[in-house]
Amino acid sequence: MMTMAAEAKVWRSRLIASAILAVVVFGGLGAGLAVGLFGPAAQPTVQIGGPFTLTDQTGAKLSDTDLRGKPFTVFFGFTHCPEVCPTTLWEMSEALKALGPDADRLRVLFISVDPTRDTPEVLSRYMQSFDPRIVGLTGTEQEVEAAGKAYRAYWEKVPTADGDYTMNHTASIFMMDGTGRFVGTIAYEEQADARLAKLKRLIAGT
Amino acid sequence: MRSSIRDAARVAINTYPFSRLRSFGERIGIVAFTMMLLFAMSQSLWAHEFKAGDIEIVHPWSRATPDGAKVAAGYLTLKNDGSEGDRLVSVSGEIAGKTEVHEMAVDASGVMTMRPVEGGVEIPAGGTVELKPGGFHIMFMGLRQGVKEGEAFKGTLTFEKAGSIDVEFDVQAIGGAAGHDDHGG
Repeated sequence: MMTMAAEAKVWRSRLIASAILAVVVFGGLGAGLAVGLFGPAAQPTVQIGGPFTLTDQTGAKLSDTDLRGKPFTVFFGFTHCPEVCPTTLWEMSEALKALGPDADRLRVLFISVDPTRDTPEVLSRYMQSFDPRIVGLTGTEQEVEAAGKAYRAYWEKVPTADGDYTMNHTASIFMMDGTGRFVGTIAYEEQADARLAKLKRLIAGT
Repeated sequence: MRSSIRDAARVAINTYPFSRLRSFGERIGIVAFTMMLLFAMSQSLWAHEFKAGDIEIVHPWSRATPDGAKVAAGYLTLKNDGSEGDRLVSVSGEIAGKTEVHEMAVDASGVMTMRPVEGGVEIPAGGTVELKPGGFHIMFMGLRQGVKEGEAFKGTLTFEKAGSIDVEFDVQAIGGAAGHDDHGG
């Protein structure tokens, strides 16, 4: 038989243990819920996106301020790209098709990280193989560099035989809202339905 | 005796009347089923194979390139039926000025990296190596012409031990074989 004081002590420690457990469990649940509900919105801890001025495949200038009012996606790539870039452009073409009329509420940008080879003429021809609503962008080395910096995109040249080169580059798609604010990314590995769901949310602004 | 046979036949016909097969829906069904069967059977014919010594080369394929593209990727599966390892040391394609084997990967930060495979792709004894989207691929560079869907092109694979063999690359659509998902073959 325990004394009253000892019993009270046991109960107090049980209470503290339960409180800690409750904080851990509900805190965890709450955090999980918050991530689930506000995942894309809660993501931007680093500044992604910013000012840029580039040239599209028709030779016209396009800058970030021209994009206000409509959400948009940005993908960095290059035309001497065997797999990731054509696949991504094809997948975005398919996504635009699947979005139907809603596709007009979205802009899709493809920024070349290889402006030396990807002139507006080269891009113009290349983009013909994809949805005509996708805008191909290039510019001077400095202009492209500035755009890459704004989006924290990474790329580098990788030499191949005979002095040629291929490139390593960020293969994620950046999703931006109508005010130019970063909403989230679509990874290269993502499945078509997940990609479409993200784009629909982006368009709906939720 | 004869009448009992006739009776049996009558019962059989009443149970499974031929007229059933004459209904429009039934005919459509039979035709559709036959076509599906033929289609399923023809799949194995399309998955073409080549053999150089102990190395089996299964279904070389490529994807159509966008307009004006200067590079294309090639994929295939290599099986080594022999008791010693071999290497795919070089590849050439009639469409390309030069060809290398590259290994592609996307890292945790979403950066796609590509690097030429030094010394060729090793195929261990009794092993299988897949060149497929998201991993090893043959990189055709300096394309002389665009690669078009359905227009197969010729190439040559050279192995360290098994020697050289001419193969043909089937060409699928851009984003063919379900985009970049694991549908290499």
